[in-house]
Amino acid sequence: MTTPGNGALIELTGIERVFHLGDSEVHALHELDLAIAPGEYVAVMGPSGSGKSTLLNLIGLLDRPTTGRYLLEGRDVTTLSPEEQARVRSQRIGFVFQSFHLVARLTAAENIALPMMLAGIAPRERATRVAQALKDYGLADRAQHRPDQLSGGQRQRVAIARATIMQPALILADEPTGNLDRATGEEVVRLLEQLNAGGVTLIVVTHDQALGARARRRVLMQDGAVLRDETSALTS
Amino acid sequence: MRSLDVLRFSVGAAAGNPLRTLLSMLAMSIGVAAVVVLTALGDGARRYVIDQFSALGTNLVIVLPGRTQTGGFSPANVVTSTPRDLTVDDARAVLRAPAVLRVAPVSVGSAELTVGGKLRATVIVGSVAEYRDIRRFELAQGGFLPEEDWSHGSPVMVIGGKVRRELFGAEPAIGRLVRAGDRRFRVIGVLSTSGMGLGMNTDELAFVPVSIAQQMFNTNTLFRILIEARHRDGIATAKTQAQAILKARHEGEEDVTVITQDAVLATFDRVLGTLTVGVAGIAAISLAVAGILVMNVMLVSVTQRTPEIGLLKALGATHGAIRAAFMTEAALLSAMGGLIGYALGLAGAAVLRYLYPMFPAYPPDWAVVAGLGTAFATGLIFGVMPARRAARLDPVLALAKR
Repeated sequence: MTTPGNGALIELTGIERVFHLGDSEVHALHELDLAIAPGEYVAVMGPSGSGKSTLLNLIGLLDRPTTGRYLLEGRDVTTLSPEEQARVRSQRIGFVFQSFHLVARLTAAENIALPMMLAGIAPRERATRVAQALKDYGLADRAQHRPDQLSGGQRQRVAIARATIMQPALILADEPTGNLDRATGEEVVRLLEQLNAGGVTLIVVTHDQALGARARRRVLMQDGAVLRDETSALTS
Repeated sequence: MRSLDVLRFSVGAAAGNPLRTLLSMLAMSIGVAAVVVLTALGDGARRYVIDQFSALGTNLVIVLPGRTQTGGFSPANVVTSTPRDLTVDDARAVLRAPAVLRVAPVSVGSAELTVGGKLRATVIVGSVAEYRDIRRFELAQGGFLPEEDWSHGSPVMVIGGKVRRELFGAEPAIGRLVRAGDRRFRVIGVLSTSGMGLGMNTDELAFVPVSIAQQMFNTNTLFRILIEARHRDGIATAKTQAQAILKARHEGEEDVTVITQDAVLATFDRVLGTLTVGVAGIAAISLAVAGILVMNVMLVSVTQRTPEIGLLKALGATHGAIRAAFMTEAALLSAMGGLIGYALGLAGAAVLRYLYPMFPAYPPDWAVVAGLGTAFATGLIFGVMPARRAARLDPVLALAKR
């Protein structure tokens, strides 16, 4: 169940996001209210142009709402400076993208270490944590490979390792299986679900009904607003 | 982000696109190499001229007959301003000046030298034994003019290397008799080939005692009096004293011109120094062009790496970190290019020195510092704009770009 109020990890109230395309205004998000509790597993679904990605970007502090309030862990983050937002992204949020977004010239290990490097963590500690992550994600023998030497599934595992290396409270996954075959996609989803089972809040944006159905909570969006918000009974 | 990480990341980014990196470094290195080689040329020319002057002798003061700075021109002036002769006695008098170490009167004329059937028109220089010390001449064979009374020279001759070759060929020259005009001289020395000496190539000269030269050319006046001051600081004093003595001897009239080697040198030094700076300025334009090229390359790089920048932002990179990474890359490109250009420039200067051993083509230190400094500074300055553009990219749009 959603727990609005002080306990929520994410609390969005009256969110508007307006894009200006020439003279016309496009309401990507319109009067959106949403609260997500810590540890939830949420699938955001809906047709193209329904505002799923805009919502994810907002939650990930890559974008700002035109109006409305966004509390992350009880703190109003819409008024933060870009530098403070960068710090929040660094410490609290992990991203997993459909196209992996690995840096092509860096090895798997270096890609995983990237958020720690940006956060200024000492090289010695980085090395320990990267080694652990490589082992956890079954990439130990792929550490020195570049992305173009890895399979799609391996690439997405590197991306997930990168998203979790800073131990964030929240993982945002935008079509994480979109570029993978079914079996590999399955494996990646299981990894994400394991993380969720460990207490990390997981928000997945997807077209895929099957993937959406696995989430305990499904938010169906249409025209920039929440059309349906349903939570399955806790079966597992 | 730690500085070392910024550096490593930038090096990786630069190495990730070798062609782009190579081209911008090439542009920068050509700019710096141009500065180094051109200033080496300019400064080499300056040093070459100074060396040539120094070869005339050090601490030199030269007396010329006649006054170059006459006032206005009037017909009366032409008649009355005929200078008094500058005589051997004048030269002897100058030797009394305390600041003067050596004096050599010089008389110049031309005559035909004949040996056997061979005949050669030669410039004859009349002087005394001191001339050799003042001009630092080396002798290949025999000795120079003997120390004797300046007014009564003996009929001896010292010839230049080329004169010896053309008159005597492979035969020994020392001790042979040479006819010059209606006089006969015994050859007592041959100068070693130096080739130095402004205007006059000593290889093609013949030296005889000054008194005989004056008789030959039927003149009383000297061409020059060469004076060597006791030491460098005494050059100005020697000049003043010589001037005073000559003025007293010429009934209070200043009808000689006294110049110091230093004054001539300083003028050349100034002119050629300015030339070098000018040439360096022209070369610096190529550095500015290289800086603009680095900016172009960095702007293209920002465009190409837009998704990467978006990703870095999503991963928590601050504006500062992204700016630092791009600035560092621009600075690296220019610094590396600059160093390569410096090496190329040194190599170019070395080739010049190899081709023209007489020419001391070394780049001056100030040019090296200015060249490298300008390269680095332009890289940084032109790196600012691309770096800011990268830092300001909207992460959503940047990530969306495929």
